Amino acid sequence: MNPSEANKTVVVKNPKGLHLRPAGVLAQLAAAYDSEITLTKDGLTVDARSILDLLTLVATQGSELTVAASGSDAQQAVEALSHFIANDESDEEE
Amino acid sequence: MKFSDFICSKAIRHELSAPDKEGVIRELTGALVAAGEIAEEDLESIVGAILKREELGSTGIGRGVAVPHTKHPSVEKLVGTVGVCADGIDFTALDGENVELFFLLVSPPDRPGDHLRALENISRQLRDDMFCKFLKQAKSAEDIQTLLDEADGDQFGP
Repeated sequence: MNPSEANKTVVVKNPKGLHLRPAGVLAQLAAAYDSEITLTKDGLTVDARSILDLLTLVATQGSELTVAASGSDAQQAVEALSHFIANDESDEEE
Repeated sequence: MKFSDFICSKAIRHELSAPDKEGVIRELTGALVAAGEIAEEDLESIVGAILKREELGSTGIGRGVAVPHTKHPSVEKLVGTVGVCADGIDFTALDGENVELFFLLVSPPDRPGDHLRALENISRQLRDDMFCKFLKQAKSAEDIQTLLDEADGDQFGP
């Protein structure tokens, strides 16, 4: 597959927002793809592979996040990350 | 949110002596008790809750930094402290590196926003390599407090 670009905007479902645990899961998910992946909230764009970067988004429940990827597996990467953001609501301690 | 909004100066520890994960958590939580931020009777319960959270996945987020934390009904506002262990401790961090710098947080239940904003502040400041390095090299609690004040004054980072 040729290099491509993909993006999708989703709403954070987790009641506690994108706190440390989900940020860690996202960074690990992002690291599994070859594509460059970013998350954007309110004009702030960060590297999805960096937990520190992800935590600077302050993505509370209901925030809109845009997942964008560029590379050979961009489509799959955007699907995986946006699915997690839009569905993760696990009620573990944060 | 700034460090001064949640870091208790009197509980900062620049020379952690504990040899392991549980010991560090106990030492820093004890520092919050000594500083009057947490009641002594809640110490064990809070240490236990923080350790339980660590079992779900290490809060060692890389760059030699960990953010052990929990919610606890005994606190009315977010309280936290900073500890440095120059030798580093095996905190089963996500990147496998030892942890030298600890930010321990205890939040009231039902205030997830404050917790997120504290994490934002810590993460944003730690992205600055100099801030991270200076904190790890701090020789006294006063040094650490000065660095936190400078970060609050936007003297680090972009």
